[in-house]
Amino acid sequence: MEPFQNFTGIVAPLDRSNVDTDAIIPKQFLKSIARTGFGPYLFDELRYLDHGEPGMDCTHRPLNPTFVLNDPRYANAQILLARENFGCGSSREHAPWAIADFGLRVIIAPSFADIFHNNCFKNGLLPIVLAPTIVDDLFARAGGPQALRVEVDLSGQVLVLDDGTRIAFEVEAGNKERLLKGLDDIGVTLEQAEAIRAYEERRRREAPWLFVAPPPGLGV
Amino acid sequence: MGAKTLYAKLWDEHVVHLDENGTALLYIDRQLVHEVTSPQAFEGLRLAGRRPWRVAANLAVPDHNVPTRDLAAGITDPVSKIQVETLDSNCAEFGITEFRMSDPRQGVVHVIGPEQGFTLPGTTVVCGDSHTSTHGAFGALAFGIGTSEVEHVLATQCLIQRKSKTLLISIDGQVGPGVTAKDIVLAIIGEIGTAGGTGSVIEFAGDAIRALSMEGRMTVCNMAIEAGARAGLIGVDEKTVEYLRGRPYAPTGELFEQGAAHWRTLVSDADAHFDRVVRMDAAKIQPQVTWGTSPEMVVPIGGAVPDPQDEQDPVRAEGIRRALDYMGLEPGTAIRDIRPDKVFIGSCTNSRIEDLRAAAEVVKGRKVADGIQLALVVPGSGLVKAQAESEGLDRIFTEAGFEWREPGCSMCLAMNADRLEPGERCASTSNRNFEGRQGQGGRTHLVSPAMAAAAAVTGHFVDVREL
Repeated sequence: MEPFQNFTGIVAPLDRSNVDTDAIIPKQFLKSIARTGFGPYLFDELRYLDHGEPGMDCTHRPLNPTFVLNDPRYANAQILLARENFGCGSSREHAPWAIADFGLRVIIAPSFADIFHNNCFKNGLLPIVLAPTIVDDLFARAGGPQALRVEVDLSGQVLVLDDGTRIAFEVEAGNKERLLKGLDDIGVTLEQAEAIRAYEERRRREAPWLFVAPPPGLGV
Repeated sequence: MGAKTLYAKLWDEHVVHLDENGTALLYIDRQLVHEVTSPQAFEGLRLAGRRPWRVAANLAVPDHNVPTRDLAAGITDPVSKIQVETLDSNCAEFGITEFRMSDPRQGVVHVIGPEQGFTLPGTTVVCGDSHTSTHGAFGALAFGIGTSEVEHVLATQCLIQRKSKTLLISIDGQVGPGVTAKDIVLAIIGEIGTAGGTGSVIEFAGDAIRALSMEGRMTVCNMAIEAGARAGLIGVDEKTVEYLRGRPYAPTGELFEQGAAHWRTLVSDADAHFDRVVRMDAAKIQPQVTWGTSPEMVVPIGGAVPDPQDEQDPVRAEGIRRALDYMGLEPGTAIRDIRPDKVFIGSCTNSRIEDLRAAAEVVKGRKVADGIQLALVVPGSGLVKAQAESEGLDRIFTEAGFEWREPGCSMCLAMNADRLEPGERCASTSNRNFEGRQGQGGRTHLVSPAMAAAAAVTGHFVDVREL
């Protein structure tokens, strides 16, 4: 994973709560066995007026003019501003894959669904939780005739608005390090291989019923 | 040692290593694998030259993409076909047991885990699927994960986790006749909201939960994710132990008894502290029907579609307005006056044998109403299907005009050919009524199997207790 670099980007305001992962990337696109190429289908049912199917060339599809990401003000937005419980529903990691593939790098919301929040950090995306009143204020600013530009400083855990306003945010230490260093989680965990083996040996003694072989005559 | 919650007991038993940053490396006992969220995980293993840490900890099954009829013809959608074949080849390559499409044990991943005794009390169970919370009905810590974490578990048998908050939901007293596990959990979500459990593990307790069968408990825990919770839990009792006895993957003989002795300790201690407690009166819970595009948009069958003008919060009011527009409903419409076009009985929420029995009991001697274009029954697994057929349930359904299909996820998320067309309205026993969930433009009303059956035979939503 690429390390997360501080940047300044445009904020696209998606003003609805409980945006679910079915809306972020509809089920027909989940048939892909690849990790990439989901960006053109991000928010497919909201973004286009026709029905999308995997493999479709999206460059000539009719766009929904009322959808925020089709608004010229928010072209090349890198920050998505959302309402409460963003990313609820299905655990599909295709949702953060699509968001990252589209070019978004930060999502700001008053709250996120747990699995989605977790999946973001595995894919170089930074989900930022801010108080509802601050989010309301950002919606007001981002909805103006001029797009709102925000500097995202992950190492300093602060957002800097174009008028100089600074908004501090929280991020769990482990997740912050993972993003800043672009760590491979599995490699890090395998450094604990001995502890995992020791745990397994103890469990085999203490809870042997967990390690019974699969039933005879079945399986591979 | 102070009194502990069930969650704390499960957590403590699985910590391999505590990091100074407050996260824990948690050991994972069981992983269920399906075709949609695993291909990129296996590909990651291959690219890194890694092998699964413990092959026997995994069990795989294709379910999301599988067709529910003409199985002999195979999968006609070429993209779906590749995905299922990729699961087959990945499992063969890495030595993971898979119940293939042709296997009589094939079915919805959250139906077959418990059915096979693969899910055991006191285990940690994960799957690249949010409805993994289902398995919490067994006193197992079970939660959905993304594909990166599927790969992580394959490679290390562990996950990096942070301890959740605890929420106790106690359903006190007993529900009335005709009120099911589905109605209980929909009522809970209506009460606490779809973000009510965010950051928490919910333990369901109280007399009404104790009174449920294991299958009913699975229905409740299945939808814990719809309340925003990572996992749902129910403490172990004799029903749990007896359900598992003799299941193919469960331990046998002395080892079973040894396990059972430990399993019986898997309950929250009497004076354990929960971060939050919600109590609900079981007797007040009525059969539920969702009217909107989020599971929290739910009312009792006697109720009506709400009016956004009555909502004070502007964001919520706009949410209601948008939902009514999508659902094609007017404020104030009585739920009984809503007429579905299709009926779907199935999904990891409600496709087990008791669900099919409950629906068949309503259907028996009746016919699917004229206005219903399609009424589908999709059993949760090949074994559920065989059991139902041995009881003659398939005949009851087909004689009434239902279609009796092969097992799979089917119209719950419409990745196969079973889907709603734009504007079509469905009475569904599944778990999500999101926009487009059952097909683009489709309109979903979540109900129990008995309520879905009642809607099918009357042509509109109706209180199953009055039939």
